[in-house]
Amino acid sequence: MANLEDDANQEAAEEALPEPEGASEIIETDYEIGQDNITPKIGPFGLDIHNPVFAISGIVVIAFVIITLAFQDTVGPALGALRAYLTSSFDWFFLMAGNIFVIVCLGILISPLGKVRIGGADATPDYGYLGWFAMLFAAGMGIGLMFFGVLEPAYYFATPWGDQPLMRDIGIVDGALVDPAAVEAARLTAMAATIYHWGLHPWAIYAVVALSLALFAYNKGLPLTVRSIFYPIFGERIWGWPGHIIDILAVFATLFGLATSLGFGAQQAAAGIGYVFGIEGINDTVTFAVILIAGITGLALISVLRGLDGGVKRLSELNMILAIILLSFVILVGPTMLLVTQFFGNIGAYFTEILALSNPVGRDDDGYRQGWTAFYWAWWISWSPFVGMFIARVSRGRTVREFITCVLLIPTFVSAIWMTAFGGTAIDQMINQVTESAVFGFVIDAYVPELSLFGMLSELPLAAITSVVGIVLVIVFFVTSSDSGSLVIDTITAGGKINAPVSQRVFWVIFEGLVAATLLLGGGLVALQAASVSTGLPFAIVLLFACYALIKGLMDEPR
Amino acid sequence: MYRKIVFPVDLTHIDQLARALQTAIDLALHYKAEICFLGVTGTAPSAIARTPHDYENKLAAFASEQGLAHGLTTSFKACLSHDPTIDTDKTLLAAIEELGGDLVVMQTHAPQALDYVWAGHGDTIAARSQASVFLVR
Repeated sequence: MANLEDDANQEAAEEALPEPEGASEIIETDYEIGQDNITPKIGPFGLDIHNPVFAISGIVVIAFVIITLAFQDTVGPALGALRAYLTSSFDWFFLMAGNIFVIVCLGILISPLGKVRIGGADATPDYGYLGWFAMLFAAGMGIGLMFFGVLEPAYYFATPWGDQPLMRDIGIVDGALVDPAAVEAARLTAMAATIYHWGLHPWAIYAVVALSLALFAYNKGLPLTVRSIFYPIFGERIWGWPGHIIDILAVFATLFGLATSLGFGAQQAAAGIGYVFGIEGINDTVTFAVILIAGITGLALISVLRGLDGGVKRLSELNMILAIILLSFVILVGPTMLLVTQFFGNIGAYFTEILALSNPVGRDDDGYRQGWTAFYWAWWISWSPFVGMFIARVSRGRTVREFITCVLLIPTFVSAIWMTAFGGTAIDQMINQVTESAVFGFVIDAYVPELSLFGMLSELPLAAITSVVGIVLVIVFFVTSSDSGSLVIDTITAGGKINAPVSQRVFWVIFEGLVAATLLLGGGLVALQAASVSTGLPFAIVLLFACYALIKGLMDEPR
Repeated sequence: MYRKIVFPVDLTHIDQLARALQTAIDLALHYKAEICFLGVTGTAPSAIARTPHDYENKLAAFASEQGLAHGLTTSFKACLSHDPTIDTDKTLLAAIEELGGDLVVMQTHAPQALDYVWAGHGDTIAARSQASVFLVR
């Protein structure tokens, strides 16, 4: 790795300590960070791992993989049924919890608590706005925007609420939609319903976790690990089993969330490559997807070995540049003026519909509320330990108000622009070409969601180039999720230490790739993704307590 | 011959630094040089310090204690790293240059197979630094 260090990455690598960090309310505890760690030596590799979180997390993951593969016929359906049960029976709880997270964040934003600075009253930011935003966005939902940017608006437009297809409602006469008013209403509803899933609510979930972790680590001096949030509730017991369980659950959700996404993502990228380059059947060959997993894992490995500044941050910035290029292209080459006008209409529709969409009770749109919203909320929540912890790690030095603005409001705005551009263009194609459009073919006619983006791009000019950019973006977004996720798992399993031996992060990157490849080869991606999403319910309960801990913790801080 | 000896110090493992520390002290006394204790800390709370400022205070106390005990001029510099697992070497090299140290004395370990893959901090500093480097095994 010696030559990698040559480039002058001085900006962040070397930095004098900021001026005294200023007042903060350090929590008095006898717990010394790393006191439960053990330092075994395996061959030439020295480790520094939390006992028992590292071992139990690893064993639980391996056991789940083995059991799922060995008993596919029973475990797979059981986990799938569990996930379906949770999102259909506790949909009201997920929706209510999501609303509480938004209210808590907005409340903190406008209250005097917003003045608190993460890292102490005089702390200076670790990262500039651009690098910081690139990292939190790439980790938070970049890959989701690639997958759902066309799929979701197009699906809702043609199938509002999942069970009343628009096409059937207004009918298609001679291959055209005949009722413009109904079409416009369906378009607005589709955009509002999509932005709802990618706007304030998901980012509020991340913001609550990230802000709590940042506060309890940087201001209260507790280890940078999920359990620290719950110190105000459990007190010193958090260093025992209650804390172990929270951390193990976080590792479980993160690792399976990442590994299953990596498995599905490789299949999607393979399908995209097959479609764009016209290679028949490449998406059916598991081998090609496994090669992609190996490639993504290899890139993630290089990234984590280059470190947070030299690897993860740079890759996130590259990601953001590519995403901006693709977004600008779609806006400029697509129906530009229409999209600009629609953007404000979409934002208006989002705020008009948000109360109805987020209402947890008394609704009859089960297909949408349970099948999409509750599933999304469980998914965001199960990802929140990973994304939250990563955002916390890079957010020191920001005030709480800046933090919520940049983690909640700006991403919502960016998501709305993205959805307007990608979804708006796709819907426009469907309105003009109806059943002839590629998007209709991939989203409604034959459900091939992984090709929806490429279908939309195929009807714009320069499709050969933009589709390749799209595939590269999908792959790079996966690399940025994989590297930041591995850093998070490494920190949790090292008891909150960020200076654990480098071999540990290498282990987690490779382990994640192996789990993804094994599940892809043996089957079980669906089952374990269901298991990962199912952790959303316990975490939702835990996060509601975190809201209390967060507000209490902020109130104790000097402002 | 030497004016400023830079001594990279890992406050977590002070007990393992005895030989290197004694070497630095002896050289400083011999050449009437100053010892600058150089430490790198992560942004997150660690075993040794719960805030970067706390770390700086501990490093300052260590430097002052060594100065008083041996009748030496000592100073210190605490550096912040976002990812100490990876960036420590880069941070140390940049700080050594900035401090204008002409000799670096640091503790390292005996050569081992893993050094071919991940070189120890001492190996990298010796290979890259413009200053003379004295590695103590």
